[in-house]
Amino acid sequence: MSLGQRITDDHQLARLLQIGVVLEEVVESRAHHHLDSFDAGDRDPAVEALLEDAADESAAHRDRLEALVADLNAETVPYEEINALVEAQYAQTAPEDFDDLLYDQLCNEETAYKFYDDLIEAIEASDTEFSIDRERVIGVLVEIREEEAEGVEEVTDLMEANR
Amino acid sequence: MNTAEQYLKAIYLAQRIENGPAATGMLADMLEVSPASVNEMIGKLEDRGLVDHEKYKGATLTDEGIRRAEDALQTYCIIERFLANVLEVEDFRGEATALEAVIDDTVAERLDTIIDRRSECPDCFDADADKCEYLTVPADPAD
Repeated sequence: MSLGQRITDDHQLARLLQIGVVLEEVVESRAHHHLDSFDAGDRDPAVEALLEDAADESAAHRDRLEALVADLNAETVPYEEINALVEAQYAQTAPEDFDDLLYDQLCNEETAYKFYDDLIEAIEASDTEFSIDRERVIGVLVEIREEEAEGVEEVTDLMEANR
Repeated sequence: MNTAEQYLKAIYLAQRIENGPAATGMLADMLEVSPASVNEMIGKLEDRGLVDHEKYKGATLTDEGIRRAEDALQTYCIIERFLANVLEVEDFRGEATALEAVIDDTVAERLDTIIDRRSECPDCFDADADKCEYLTVPADPAD
């Protein structure tokens, strides 16, 4: 996100929060697809736990973002729709092995962190009067960003342990 | 996508439309900035080896400039497709232009995992229509 860019109205804020919801839905859906793709004899409990936590966390983030979007009188794309889109493209984008899978998960966490970090900065730089409380929005985004930072650490630790 | 990448993308598309160098006036119209701003940025891009500029003719991308412009255009295409097909935004062009500066490349890459984009992208981008030629949109006002 360009630091020179500011959010100019409710519509743009809602649009960016909608994108956040979709990013979370993609993470959740891909985590479930990764879990489903494991063969019975090819399971790694630590990786499975990581993916299950990631899916749960994304669902929780999605709920919090959806509440903000609803208060801006906008709608979000239902999870089932994004899940179907992930399903349609999964064969072409699926990780080839555990290393690839962990890297995919790291990209998810890092991308989410960057997205929320930029969004917070853009809201703080904006002098727009939004129809919802700015401090509430920033508060939610800061908490989510913190959990994404923890997620990056968890994946990095697991990658280190698997070396 | 940063400002320099937006300029590279505009030069790339203007060259396609004109089938020759991109004129300052055309770039100013496309980017909705002043001709002076265009000239200033073209000077910077020339210093970075991304553009060749010939007085009274216009700007031409170098090979490295083309590579960066194609990356930027791919990101733009992802944003347009996402807005049109996932969020079902009618004014997907206008919103993509507004959002291209605020959506990071890494975010676009994640969104790309749910987008049905062709392998030849961005060659299939229609510069005149300002969208991929294969992007189908219900009730597209431009069609």
